[in-house]
Amino acid sequence: MKRFARLLDALVYTPSRNGKLRLLADYFTAAPDPDRGWALAALTDGLAQRQVKPALVRELVERRVDPVLFRLSYDYVGDLAETVSLIWPGNPARNAEPDLSEIVERLRVAARTEVPGLLAGWLDALDATGRYALLKLLMGGMRVGVSARLAKTALAMTGAASLEQIEEIWFGLEPPYLSLFAWLEGKAGPPAVDQRLAFRSPMLANPVELADLEPLDPADFRAEWKWDGIRVQLVAGGSEARLYSRNGEDIGAAFPDILGDAKFDAVLDGELLVLRDGAVAPFNDLQQRLNRKTVTARMLADFPAHIRLYDILFEDGGDLRRLPFDERRRRLERWHGRIVPPRTDLSPLVPFAAWRELASLRDAARADGVEGLMLKRRDSAYAAGRPQGPWFKWKRDPLLADCVLMYAQRGHGRRSSYYSDFTFGCWRGGAEGAAELVPVGKAYFGFTDAELVEIDRWVRAHSTERFGPVRAVEPGLVFEVAFDSIQRSSRHKSKLAMRFPRIHRIRWDKPHAEADRLETLEKLLNP
Amino acid sequence: MTRRADAAPERWLRKTGRGLYCAPGDFYIDPSRTAARAVITHGHSDHARAGHDAVLTTAATAAIMRARYGAESAGAYDCALYGETRRFGDVAVRLLPAGHVLGSAQVVIEHAGCRVVVSGDYKRRRDPTCAGFEPIDCDLFITEATFALPVFRHPDDRGEIAKLLHSLAVFPDRCHLVGVYALGKAQRVIALLRESGWDRPIYLHGALIELCALYESLGVALGDLRPVSGERKKAMAGEIVLCPPGALNDRWSRGFPDPVTAMASGWMRVRQRARMGGIELPLILSDHADWDELIRTIHDMGAPRLWVTHGREEALVHYARSKGVEAEALSLVGFEEEGG
Ligand SMILES: [Zn+2]
Ligand SMILES: [Zn+2]
Repeated sequence: MKRFARLLDALVYTPSRNGKLRLLADYFTAAPDPDRGWALAALTDGLAQRQVKPALVRELVERRVDPVLFRLSYDYVGDLAETVSLIWPGNPARNAEPDLSEIVERLRVAARTEVPGLLAGWLDALDATGRYALLKLLMGGMRVGVSARLAKTALAMTGAASLEQIEEIWFGLEPPYLSLFAWLEGKAGPPAVDQRLAFRSPMLANPVELADLEPLDPADFRAEWKWDGIRVQLVAGGSEARLYSRNGEDIGAAFPDILGDAKFDAVLDGELLVLRDGAVAPFNDLQQRLNRKTVTARMLADFPAHIRLYDILFEDGGDLRRLPFDERRRRLERWHGRIVPPRTDLSPLVPFAAWRELASLRDAARADGVEGLMLKRRDSAYAAGRPQGPWFKWKRDPLLADCVLMYAQRGHGRRSSYYSDFTFGCWRGGAEGAAELVPVGKAYFGFTDAELVEIDRWVRAHSTERFGPVRAVEPGLVFEVAFDSIQRSSRHKSKLAMRFPRIHRIRWDKPHAEADRLETLEKLLNP
Repeated sequence: MTRRADAAPERWLRKTGRGLYCAPGDFYIDPSRTAARAVITHGHSDHARAGHDAVLTTAATAAIMRARYGAESAGAYDCALYGETRRFGDVAVRLLPAGHVLGSAQVVIEHAGCRVVVSGDYKRRRDPTCAGFEPIDCDLFITEATFALPVFRHPDDRGEIAKLLHSLAVFPDRCHLVGVYALGKAQRVIALLRESGWDRPIYLHGALIELCALYESLGVALGDLRPVSGERKKAMAGEIVLCPPGALNDRWSRGFPDPVTAMASGWMRVRQRARMGGIELPLILSDHADWDELIRTIHDMGAPRLWVTHGREEALVHYARSKGVEAEALSLVGFEEEGG
């Protein structure tokens, strides 16, 4: 456990990606099996442990520490695992420090009633760093700035396999990943997984602007709409199918409708959307379906899922990825015409002759769930990763509005002791009646750490009310908010919902009375 | 002085817009705006401000105030030794060591059969650069509460210094940039490094030079200190460079060879705070009392009444009440959550 705790600690304090990669690679090389496999699962969120609920941890700590002092400490620190790790009256003499694998394996077989005793014993035996690691391990939400992809990149650094190779078999592996580590160390061949349902690393595009495009010949490129959903890969092997996010995460459990209709043998690249009467529903609707372990019949009916297809990677077992884009597109159209798979359609190509013509098409298409354009070289093979040159994404410029900060909520992870999630509003009414602020959106990024510290100080000095982790603040701070589009929404008091809002600038200088009015935002609504 | 059981210090000592005011003696303690007479506990800028007419403090604090604010720092200084009594009307005042930074003092005020102690900022652990805190029995203790939560338990100083030296051994090619507050922390870190056997030169950001020189002139030996700037930054691999916290992430910190960013502060105990500041090597070194020290001090002072100020009052008030002490929070204006 010490080694894993030290790893987590070092990850927390190492800001650079390369530094994190080195720490991870060193750990995966040095730590024994099966500890390192459980650590990998914890870091990639594959350790579906969660036997330890926050309420249990609180209960245990409040038996040892004055509950008022605990609450005040938690309020200050912001993160439960960290608060408990610091405040727990350690008792290292009582037990030997547990191993990582001992903890995981013991909990797997433990009866529910045994869990509190086990946990308290381990917390006693560990020091503050160990307690933090233990609680993060068991409660989830590691938040040490390591994505699953970063962990896999570090694995690729330790051994014989490339990141793409690891990603392509990842779906078939299980903790503690003994076969994976044996392969990386050259002690065995690649782990045997059923390749028919494998995830293939997708091809990604680089952002581009008009000035970058102008030297290029438009005739070499095909344009498609970039739909406002999430990029997915649908892998179907006849009787069985899987749905992956673009990072190879299996998201199928939330989409039985899609999987149930995938009765063909193909690997497809497309955009997952909620579609009603042929129209793309707001992204918010798709979010109702995401990140769920199960879905109700009601949700299936209310938020019907759909895939708008961009590309075909395999057809009836044949690998098409080396073919040029135009040829794959022809095959995709022919295949789709032949199979007519439900819950899918083709993302149309957008004809154009000149870049400026395309630019005006792009700007006019703020409606209908379009985020911008994808540009693909007509001769491009489907290459894993983000190669420079063949594919571009050309997003619309964001819309901007000046909004007034209304509520601030504590963040998570490294931001847990700062107010970092902001709800902001615009003015309504006025003239005769008094003007009031109505919330129009919420954002938690777009500012630097230094700015966050300043905003946090401002929030603490200007709060008027507190509800749990949320503070209401007096009107005074103006944010220039950038967003991709704005839609009608019945769920908000303002009847508006911003898509992808972020803080563009903090207008310390701007008087809050001069922030935008609701009517100004309504003018930006999709027609 | 004969102390009386029915002492009611709130009749003559109260919180005002400028800070704590003693009416019968007509003086303020650490006032936030200029005053005719001020008693100053120590030289940190949220306690010692420029421009009071008459200042009672220790000679070291007066020297620090002169160094920071120049000739305008105060109309006149009355420098008292620790334990020496001054009288203002029928109020007796003396200063006792607070163990916070060089010259720091608690203010002991006696009036109408009642003894009040204002702690200023303090700590209880040993500090090679200043005199240690002296507890004294009193009727009302007014304590600081910067780290008044049970999550704040500062580890042993030597262990923290060892973390820095260990990192230097592991990364001999990297410069170790340590953020320290200019008054107190800088000199304490240097003195602790010297005690741990680090006898190489220690390099200083320009903002730290004057106060280090002042400490030396007041008899605190700090060894070989050198300024660093410009081209000399490149030669700092494997060296220790001290700078104010604000310099860690600004333009000044560029040009050092692959620096390890360290910070010496009690706030480093909360990892997400350290992480937000971009700190790679947190050193938990504080000049304020941690939770255990605060608790111990409340006990040592034996006061039946406690006023808590300057930090997380709520937790300490709650604790003291649970131990039968009549405690309340005294929110004074002008104190910032800096230092630590
Ligand atoms: Zn101070
Ligand atoms: Zn202070």
